[in-house]
Amino acid sequence: MKDAVVRAPLKAINWNRMQDDKDIEVWNRLTANFWLPEKVPLSNDVQSWATLRPEERELTIRVFTGLTLLDTVQNTVGAPSMLPDAQTPHEEAVLTNIAFMEAVHARSYSSIFSTLCLTREVDEAFRWSEENPHLQAKARTILADYAPGADPLKRKIASVFLESFLFYSGFYLPMYWSSRARLTNTADLIRLIIRDEAVHGYYIGYKYQRALEREGEARRQELKDHAFALIFDLYDIEQKYTEELYDGLGLTEDVKAFLHYNANKALQNLGYEALFPPAACEVNPAILAALSPDSENHDFFSGSGSSYVIGKAVATEDEDWDF
Amino acid sequence: MPGLVYYSSASGNTARLVARLGLPALRIPISPEAGMPLPEGPYVLICPTYADGQGRGAVAKPVIRFLNDPGRRALIRGVIAGGNRNFGRLFASAGEVIAAKCNVPLLYKFELAGTETDIARIREGLAKMGLETFRGAPCLTP
Repeated sequence: MKDAVVRAPLKAINWNRMQDDKDIEVWNRLTANFWLPEKVPLSNDVQSWATLRPEERELTIRVFTGLTLLDTVQNTVGAPSMLPDAQTPHEEAVLTNIAFMEAVHARSYSSIFSTLCLTREVDEAFRWSEENPHLQAKARTILADYAPGADPLKRKIASVFLESFLFYSGFYLPMYWSSRARLTNTADLIRLIIRDEAVHGYYIGYKYQRALEREGEARRQELKDHAFALIFDLYDIEQKYTEELYDGLGLTEDVKAFLHYNANKALQNLGYEALFPPAACEVNPAILAALSPDSENHDFFSGSGSSYVIGKAVATEDEDWDF
Repeated sequence: MPGLVYYSSASGNTARLVARLGLPALRIPISPEAGMPLPEGPYVLICPTYADGQGRGAVAKPVIRFLNDPGRRALIRGVIAGGNRNFGRLFASAGEVIAAKCNVPLLYKFELAGTETDIARIREGLAKMGLETFRGAPCLTP
């Protein structure tokens, strides 16, 4: 008699009936951007790796194990934890894509390790990642908001901060090496990760803003207060993590400017205003150039743009607009 | 000063930038059914970028529909594009596509909803514009 029990039908996903066009837009972006670490010729960095001093190698491996931990958290807990809160079946599909790409990211760091490093060095760094109090603290802070029964919107806030803020103390280092013509293939791989994280942070932040529209004024204020309190807490941990890692190379202040800049971008993904003033966000131009080569400051108004684009005087037909 | 026309998707980043500029601006609607705004004079277009990793699809469909009309296209004097540096060399590439197609300068690039510095520079730049350099320089695109 089981079949006679009335219950809601199980629904198959129909991509030809969209409730939210952002879902298919982001799905198309993410799938078009799909990549695997095998695509990047990491072995071309073997010689460059050998030119790094032992402490620079140790720092790099540690930074990458730290990034691996965050990717692991987002792959196995963060993205799946948002599935029950999805508003559309397509959002669920996008979240599973995000979860899988985080697994690809985590896997990529191991590709870097197996190409460049000794097993002993890598094992030591993974041990370090389990023992470092700051790294453990940031992962645990995020996991607390992912826990079963947690507020679905606070889960999204934590997720955007992981995707758009917490990675950047780590991403700084390969951009720094790349700006000095070191480990340039590794940097190419990291840029693919950085590109993915931008879409993830944007999409989760977008869904957060949609959900916020359905909330009352008091609840909106509570969530905003929570978001700013959380980024303060995370920033506090990030400062200590950054000092511990980068003081030896004298790069701490440079990294912090990059953290401020990315914290503001994370808040923007949630629809909020900046926290850090412009003067605190002046990222080293060499790092910005490593992040987006050929695309530095672009300011036609002040005449300081390094890469104006003015079109050639070619008559355009309407068909050309079908791009 | 030229007028402003902008597009912002449901994420609202470009709309937040335009709101902070505090200048009158016409919005290109998201829905294909809604009517297109009709600029009455020269304007600067502000829009975000949606390129994939190869740069495809950089310009949002509603912006394409807006510029597809030769009358509206003839009045564009420059483009300001949003994006994210995380996309590397494709950062704000919608601006480059439109600049090349319409034969107008890409005036400025900003990230997401822009920073205080971006707002100040754009305001200042627009105020200076349209006097000598840009007056009467129609888009060469028919």
